[in-house]
Amino acid sequence: MRQRPWLFLLPTLILMSISAFIPLMAVINYSLHTIFAGSAPEFVGLQNYADVMSDAQFRGALIRQLTFSLMALLIEIPLGVAIALCLPRKGSGVGLSLVLLGVPLLIPYNVVGIVWRLFTQSDIGVIPRILSLVGYDYNVSLNATDAFFTILLVDVWHWTPLVVLLAYAGLQAIPQTFYQAAEVDGASTWKTFRYVTLPKLRPVLTLGLLIRFMDSFKVYSEPLLLTGGGPGNATTFMSLFVARKAEAYELGYAGASSIIYLYVVIVMSYILFQFINRSSEERHR
Amino acid sequence: MKKRTITLTAYFFLLFVPIYWMVITSLKTDVEILQSFTLFPQQITFENYREIFTSEVWRSSFFNSIAYVLLNVVMTLTAAIPAAYAFSRWKFRGDHHLFFWLLTNRMAPAAVFMVPFTELYYMLNIFDTHIAVALAHCLFNLPLTIWILEGFMSGIPKEIDETAFVDGYRFPRFFRSIFLPLIAPGIGVGAFFCFTFSWVELILAKALTLTEAKPVVVTLTVGIGAEGVKWGLLASAGVLTIIPGILVVYFVRNYMAKGFALGRV
Repeated sequence: MRQRPWLFLLPTLILMSISAFIPLMAVINYSLHTIFAGSAPEFVGLQNYADVMSDAQFRGALIRQLTFSLMALLIEIPLGVAIALCLPRKGSGVGLSLVLLGVPLLIPYNVVGIVWRLFTQSDIGVIPRILSLVGYDYNVSLNATDAFFTILLVDVWHWTPLVVLLAYAGLQAIPQTFYQAAEVDGASTWKTFRYVTLPKLRPVLTLGLLIRFMDSFKVYSEPLLLTGGGPGNATTFMSLFVARKAEAYELGYAGASSIIYLYVVIVMSYILFQFINRSSEERHR
Repeated sequence: MKKRTITLTAYFFLLFVPIYWMVITSLKTDVEILQSFTLFPQQITFENYREIFTSEVWRSSFFNSIAYVLLNVVMTLTAAIPAAYAFSRWKFRGDHHLFFWLLTNRMAPAAVFMVPFTELYYMLNIFDTHIAVALAHCLFNLPLTIWILEGFMSGIPKEIDETAFVDGYRFPRFFRSIFLPLIAPGIGVGAFFCFTFSWVELILAKALTLTEAKPVVVTLTVGIGAEGVKWGLLASAGVLTIIPGILVVYFVRNYMAKGFALGRV
């Protein structure tokens, strides 16, 4: 009987060992060696880690990444909740709204790239043409600020619907009686939202916050296709940085920066997770 | 109520303007795309679509994408359903740690795993096959699906299991005829997420395929470059790539609505 849980977990463990554990071990292995194509890897201990940590480009990419992810969360979560509050709770509009919201989520990353290249390209794009009417010279391939905020805009456009869907699911699960009670007590709209809706939304918002944090931290195709990481390094985020090193076959360096990258994501997610859990426990007390 | 409708309309408008732009671009001639700025094509052309449908490369890459996505959904659900059941019903040594470890894989950036995957799959002799991509996508889809399903299953009282066993149900029959139907919305939502992720993923799909299993997302990037950018062709391939996704949301929308009504995503 004690083995039963493990029997149920067996398929998962087999799949995960092939697709997660073995590759991770390989990355750790790379990170401890200096590897040149054609010659045997040389064991160098933690030298690669030291190199990565003292590399200004790596630190720049990491700070840029943290800024990007925090900005994305600060925009997407409140916006998502606000839109979810506007959605109809029942009736024929519900199905249609859900399908419409699902559409951006189902667009492959590089089609997102195509959509937005058509939109932002300096010669044929919509945004540069509109902004030139008000005298602003918008150019993603020359202006670092334009490039950064364009990637942020794409992320907000692409992923806010996910937050909306999650928040909407949370809203649907709140029994109407709570609102009736709030109404009887004469609570204002804001107070009802603050003390009834928001606490009830906490579990789904936790999920949304974590998913969005993890995924925005992995942003890759958008900068690759829209700006190529430039101008300069303005949109070289972590994934692009690591992939560039791996493609250049600097496997030792790429491995070490990957491990640090992974470590940062896990620690940040864990802190976020603990923080949200703790503050919800305090509320219940 | 009025204000809500206006906000919502404005949001959906902004959400769909870029997509609308791609759709009309796909119907324009290359000359019109480059030389003028029109909100609607002056002369509708289906030339771009004809080029895609008559091309063997495009057809086979659409087929490849669908093949590994479906394979991944089946693999993920087969492993995730029993695993989620174990997590939701039993306490065992290290269960919390294992659950968190699984989730950390959802956090792992694909770029990290690009090289080791390539080497491992060469070794296993499955490089450039549908199985390779489907397996690689399990890295993200399996943890997420277990997470989603665990939520759904925990929402179903344990008494239902116990009553069934008292009534003389054996485990397999209980699982199939009582439990699975109860969590069907959860399976729908899980399958939706797997499909979505696998369909849109680019880094691993690109790294793990060459020719035999080359998916449509990679064919799309190949279309960029060479003899200048063929915007019209890219736009129409983009439109075609969105369609299967829209069909899937359309078909699972009732399941999703049910899942949403239970408040568990």
